[in-house]
Amino acid sequence: MYTFSSKLKSVALGLMIVGLIGVAYGFFSSNKDFTEVETMLASETHYGEGHESASADEHAVKVDDSHATGTHAETAGNDSEEVHGHAEVDEHTKHVNHVMHAMHKRPWAALYVAAFFFFMIALGVLAFYAVQFASQAGWSPLLLRVMEGITAYMMPGAVIVLCIALASGLIGHYGLFIWMDPEVVAHDKLIQGKTDWLNITWFGIRGFIFIAGWYLYRFFSRKYSIAQDEADDNKNFIKTFRISAAFLVFFLYTESMMSWDWIMSVDPHWFSTLFGWYVLAGMMVCGITVISMVTIYLKSRGFLPKVNDSHIHDLAKFMFGFSIFWTYLWFSQFMLIWYSNIPEEVTYFVTRFQDYLVPFLGMVAMNFVFPLLVLMNSDYKRIPWFVVMAGVVILCGHYIDVYVMIMPATVGDQWYIGIPEISSMLFFTGLFIYIVFNALTKHPLEPKRNPFIKESEHFHY
Amino acid sequence: MEASKVIHAIYTDDDVLMNAVKKVKAARHHIEEIYTPFPVHGLDKAMGLAPTRLAITSFLYGCVGLTVSIVMMNFIMIEDWPQDIGGKPSFSYIENMPAFVPIMFELTVFFAAHLMVITFYLRSRMWPFKKAENPDPRTTDDHFLMEIAVHGDENELTNLLKETGAVEINLIDKTH
Repeated sequence: MYTFSSKLKSVALGLMIVGLIGVAYGFFSSNKDFTEVETMLASETHYGEGHESASADEHAVKVDDSHATGTHAETAGNDSEEVHGHAEVDEHTKHVNHVMHAMHKRPWAALYVAAFFFFMIALGVLAFYAVQFASQAGWSPLLLRVMEGITAYMMPGAVIVLCIALASGLIGHYGLFIWMDPEVVAHDKLIQGKTDWLNITWFGIRGFIFIAGWYLYRFFSRKYSIAQDEADDNKNFIKTFRISAAFLVFFLYTESMMSWDWIMSVDPHWFSTLFGWYVLAGMMVCGITVISMVTIYLKSRGFLPKVNDSHIHDLAKFMFGFSIFWTYLWFSQFMLIWYSNIPEEVTYFVTRFQDYLVPFLGMVAMNFVFPLLVLMNSDYKRIPWFVVMAGVVILCGHYIDVYVMIMPATVGDQWYIGIPEISSMLFFTGLFIYIVFNALTKHPLEPKRNPFIKESEHFHY
Repeated sequence: MEASKVIHAIYTDDDVLMNAVKKVKAARHHIEEIYTPFPVHGLDKAMGLAPTRLAITSFLYGCVGLTVSIVMMNFIMIEDWPQDIGGKPSFSYIENMPAFVPIMFELTVFFAAHLMVITFYLRSRMWPFKKAENPDPRTTDDHFLMEIAVHGDENELTNLLKETGAVEINLIDKTH
């Protein structure tokens, strides 16, 4: 039996408290009104890119009396002074409004990215767990309880993600999904065409169905897995085998739809057919990475004596393989759109290259080049600290992956990894650790009567 | 010094063979070669053979392939004749890089795979029309043959091999 060490428990609680304070601070500090944003912009030097910077500064200062025609005369050209002045003021109001909305959205988006990141880990592990049963894997039964512990976060994590998504629409002034805003939809023909799918009621119902389906599988597979410990036949194992196969079919459909709903719809004008698999690949890498990190942690504390370095080697192999699979999908999505360069699709990557160049390309280095070179050698895959180090880089890389999926559509060029982002991550890290390690204490860490447990104990690569 | 006399001990079971290898090693006899009809898992470890370095060569060949593809396409598409083909930016390699990736990938795999296979053939001395080095044709079907150099007492070694379950023991003179 695993006991949740009080040290780890207090670390988890501490992370949650610090995170909560930071999240609250993020919401308060982002709540700036029009004039505050205006003065802030005026003091920033880069404001007015594309304008003449001198006139832009002038213009920002004199905005209150909106008749700042004198300074604009020089650049007015053929337009009448009056008209040009008004146009500039409208432009300015629009710009300040745009920046203000982006700032209001930032704490929502930061919270959403972190919530989704941890939820996606748990769901990835659940899918991996189902694969172990459906494929009757002989190496993994020793790790099944670790996976069950991690999937305990799936349900609360998914509910939190759905609640943030709905709350951002209902109380958050449409902070994440602009298609939830009836004002926007009224002026947008493209979104109007999609309202049969993208409307808040149906979004909520769909989310509920996904979560219910995943939770049911998690609930019953856990139940049978524990019942199998005390049983004297393999009925429970066979039942898990069947529901795992059925779950994998359900999962592949719902995961795809979930990725359209919860991620792709932040850009309701954009679509990509392989997006669901792309999200799936990221999910699997993170899930397997967390399995190996939790396993290494538990083993280092002496709770998994039968796990040997071949198990770690296998997990590291999966981390390596799925990292490359993720890159394959990332590149396939990017290259097809870059190559054909169709305006309605390519804007997605144009904004990422213009405003997110470092995180967008940096994550490819972290998620591909680093694991490729570090985890290629078979000997290194057996060294725990090597696997943990690679795992940390992979997890950071995939956080940035989710970040770059959500942020450009919500905060645009107003992004920064500051207090709202970091404290959201701290909060969910704490919550994740608390729920996962709490679930690990509930039942013995070694399944007793799994039909493949002997094979797993002697697993040797 | 190459031994002039060798003993061929023949086995009919891979488990028996594995145990025999361990016993012969423990008695500090040098095993020249073992012929088996199929790969016996763990045999190389029991014999104490050094691990292969084929994977390392493959990695290096892959690097060569990647370099070849980059240099080739940079010369052809960017330096030699930078045409405007369908609006693709041919001003620098990096700007048109995504279009080159499929070729970079394939050439990396091509070099890594083929040169590694050729290395394998060279190192294990295999080529068409090579004379087969098979001391006993039964080893390609269902027999296992262990070849041991005779340096000291011939009878002692024969007895040891008999104990390990060899079905047939032949003394071969290699001097002819």
